[in-house]
Amino acid sequence: MFAVLVEVRLREGIADPEGTTVERSLPALGFEGIDGVRVGKAIRFTVEADDEESARTRVQELCDRFLTNPVIEDSVIMVEAA
Amino acid sequence: MAARVGVVLFPGSNCEQDVAEAVRALGGQAEVVWHGDQALPALDAVVVPGGFAHGDYLRPGAIARFSPIMAAVDRFAAEGGPVVGICNGFQVLTEAGLLPGALQKNAGLKFVCRTVELDVASTRSVLTAEAEVGQRLRIPVNHFEGNYTCDDTTLQELQEGDRIVLRYVDNPNGSVDDIAGIANAGGNVVGLMPHPERAADALLGSEDGRVLLGSLLASAAATV
Repeated sequence: MFAVLVEVRLREGIADPEGTTVERSLPALGFEGIDGVRVGKAIRFTVEADDEESARTRVQELCDRFLTNPVIEDSVIMVEAA
Repeated sequence: MAARVGVVLFPGSNCEQDVAEAVRALGGQAEVVWHGDQALPALDAVVVPGGFAHGDYLRPGAIARFSPIMAAVDRFAAEGGPVVGICNGFQVLTEAGLLPGALQKNAGLKFVCRTVELDVASTRSVLTAEAEVGQRLRIPVNHFEGNYTCDDTTLQELQEGDRIVLRYVDNPNGSVDDIAGIANAGGNVVGLMPHPERAADALLGSEDGRVLLGSLLASAAATV
C-alpha cells in the first residue's frame, strides 16, 4: 500500500485571484518580501499497488481524468510506501 | 406539437423548476430528468440547469460529468440535439468536454449576483437563433465561478468560428473577451453563465430571457 499526496495547482499563466488576494494582504500583517503566492489543493489517500511505479501510473490516470481540470490545472504527485 | 425539453436534475441543482416553468410559459413541454438515469426519454432539447450539482465538490461539474445521464446527453448532442447549460450547467458541459475551456473563480473573488447587460454576439446557435446580433439583453447572473478561461488557440477558434454567442457589456467576473456564453462548432450545444429563466416574466424585472429560451424551443421544434 502506498500513501499518496496530490497537489493540484493552477497551471502557470492561469490567473489565481485567491493567491493574489492572499499576497496583497501580507504587507498589512507585517509579512514583507513574500512573492508568488499561489493557492491550490492537497488531496491525500492510499492506493493498493504492487510497486511504486504502478501506484504512480494509476494516480496519474486519476489526476488526468478526475482530480484536475487540465484546461486550468496540473498536479504534482508524491508517493511513498505506507 | 410542443417541443419537449428535458431538464437534468442532479443532487444540488436548484434552478430546474425555474427552467421548466419558463419553458411551459413559452408553450413548450418540460420534464425533469434524474441524473442517475441511464437514458433520456423522448426529447427535443436538454437543459442542464444551474445550482451546485454534487455540492460543487472538487470543482463545479467535476463529479456531475460522470453522472449516468451525461453519457446519454453526450450522445444526444452528438446527434445534433439542442443542449443548453446554464450557469452550473455551463460548468458541467465544459467539464464533460462538450464545450471547450473552463470556468474559474471570478476575478476579484466576489460572488456576483445581479442583473447584467449582455450583447448578442452571434445568432449561429440554438439559444440565439431568434435574436439579433447586437441586441442588448438584461439578464441576471448568480455565480462565484463564472470567469471563462481558455487557451489562445481555443479563443481564436471561438472568435473565428462565430461561436461566442453572448458578451457582457460590463464584464462582472474577468471572463476572457467578455465571454458570457459560447457554442460548439455545430451551434447545437450552448453554455452561458446568465440565467435566462430568471428573466422570463416582467414580474421578475425582465423578459429578455424569453428570446433565448424561445430560440431554444424553436430549434427544438425544428428537430421534431
